Amino acid sequence: MALLELQGVTKRFGGVVANQRVSFTVREGEILGLIGPNGAGKSTLFEVITGTFRPEAGTIRFAGHSLVGLRPDQVNRLGIGRTFQKVRPFHGLTVLENVMVAAMQHRPSPAAARVEALRYLEVVELAEKRDSYARHLSVGERKRLEMARAMATRPRLLLLDEVTGGVDQKTIPTLIQLIGRLRGEGLTLVVIEHNMRVIMSISDRIVALHLGEVIADGPPAAVGSDPRVIQAYLGEAFSAEQPGEFTKVPVNSPG
Amino acid sequence: MPSAHPPSPGPTSPAPRRQLPGGAVLLGLLLLAALSFPYLFQLPYHRDVVIKLYLFAMLAQAWNILAGYCGQVSLGHAVFFGAGAYTSSIWQTAWGGSPWVGLAAGIVIAVALSLAIGYPCFRLRGHYFAIATIAVGEIVHTLAINWEFIGGARGLTLPIRKDSLADFQFATAKYPYYYIILGLLILCLLASWWIERARVGYYLRAIKEDSDAAQSLGVPITRYKLIAMAVSAGFVAAGGTFYAQYVLYIDPDSVLPLSLSILVCVLAVIGGVGTLWGPLVGSAILIPLSEFTRVKFGGTGSAVDLLIYGALLTSVAVFQPAGLVGLVQRLRRR
Repeated sequence: MALLELQGVTKRFGGVVANQRVSFTVREGEILGLIGPNGAGKSTLFEVITGTFRPEAGTIRFAGHSLVGLRPDQVNRLGIGRTFQKVRPFHGLTVLENVMVAAMQHRPSPAAARVEALRYLEVVELAEKRDSYARHLSVGERKRLEMARAMATRPRLLLLDEVTGGVDQKTIPTLIQLIGRLRGEGLTLVVIEHNMRVIMSISDRIVALHLGEVIADGPPAAVGSDPRVIQAYLGEAFSAEQPGEFTKVPVNSPG
Repeated sequence: MPSAHPPSPGPTSPAPRRQLPGGAVLLGLLLLAALSFPYLFQLPYHRDVVIKLYLFAMLAQAWNILAGYCGQVSLGHAVFFGAGAYTSSIWQTAWGGSPWVGLAAGIVIAVALSLAIGYPCFRLRGHYFAIATIAVGEIVHTLAINWEFIGGARGLTLPIRKDSLADFQFATAKYPYYYIILGLLILCLLASWWIERARVGYYLRAIKEDSDAAQSLGVPITRYKLIAMAVSAGFVAAGGTFYAQYVLYIDPDSVLPLSLSILVCVLAVIGGVGTLWGPLVGSAILIPLSEFTRVKFGGTGSAVDLLIYGALLTSVAVFQPAGLVGLVQRLRRR
């Protein structure tokens, strides 16, 4: 069943077309990878879905609601959580307070929000840092904090923008495991990722964008060997490797 | 009868609090000192200084709810002060109403004004919001000067009545003014204390830190900015009515000047912006300082108090952006 459905979504900035008639669907319970070179319009698409930018044309439907024209807070309340490409923690709040702000949407009392926030901090393994100020966290920790914060709003769909970007190699497996655990909690995910090993191994399906347009949509192996994708993004070095080499990271299957 | 389940003080059970926390003791002493002050200091001059101190502490605390917690720096708060002062005064001079009803009407009008000003201005961010509030403040000041119904540039003189609570006038005794403004200040502090602990306080701080991130977490940011603005404006308007009843004469230059908006901001910034006690601490230092330097150097012409404000403000901005309260917190953590 389609949870999110984009139909002909077009977003321009003056003369620059960031998204050109983008159409694809995200099915309930799947992990959809969104790939493409810098400037392909991946992050813009997130901003359009979440209501930061209003598209010039096209429709976006999520669980029976039209999203076009809604504000980001309204989109979030309908059940879409997101992280930012450049992390945006509340620096002057503690780690716990960061997540409490998010949890208060469903748990208005601070005491109840604290309990719930701690649960999400345990999921991302940041519970022991709960009293540190967010500004004192490493980049990897900030990424995890942002995921905990987004999850605490209890979304059905989570949009993750470059979770492994700027993170050291050691931390990447932890983040991949975390994404698997999120799916285990019944979440549907759309993941923007530049790390090809990561995206190929975690995604059920991949959509490739180039110059604002969808150039491929299908299973990872098929998209990884698509000549247009290779030319636009992956390059010859990558195509020499067989996409089949990527071992599937053991993640909980949906449902 | 012995209990079936005797408490077993294991290593995990929390240690019982054996003593009152130092903060509570200090707070009790402060309150006691505040309540007994008019009996210890009988001179009208001393009472006048402390009444002003409380009034400005309340205004700065109200400003702090919007600017300190929510990060929306307003430099037009004199508008709400003037709204309170003018509404309750006109209520009495033109319609012969009670000043207390006038106080309530002033709060209602100030809240309505704050929403009307806030809704368009909150589309602006950071410094642009502050500049817009300066502009609004100056427009309202100019309008008041040219509006004959409210006295224009001549201002309004309130009819002098005998001391009574119903008329909100205590020209001979003075001390009721003291307790009324102390009550207002405590109310404002309690409101801030409650806000800090409630969901609204968490939301305001999140909006101050990063409004886009807050909005992505489902926080309706404009609504919460407007809530902070309305609460802030309501308290400032109450302060305006109090001022009118205390001085019994108002004009645009005394209740609507830009300098008032700036002073309120300066007090909070020096004391500690976004803290519960900062605005009170700032006022407790600067208001008496300003009064004593005026007495010492004569008139307002020498403006020594403004020199000291300037020096303090610069030092805070450079060395201790969290203000004096932030400095104390930093020293205690060592």
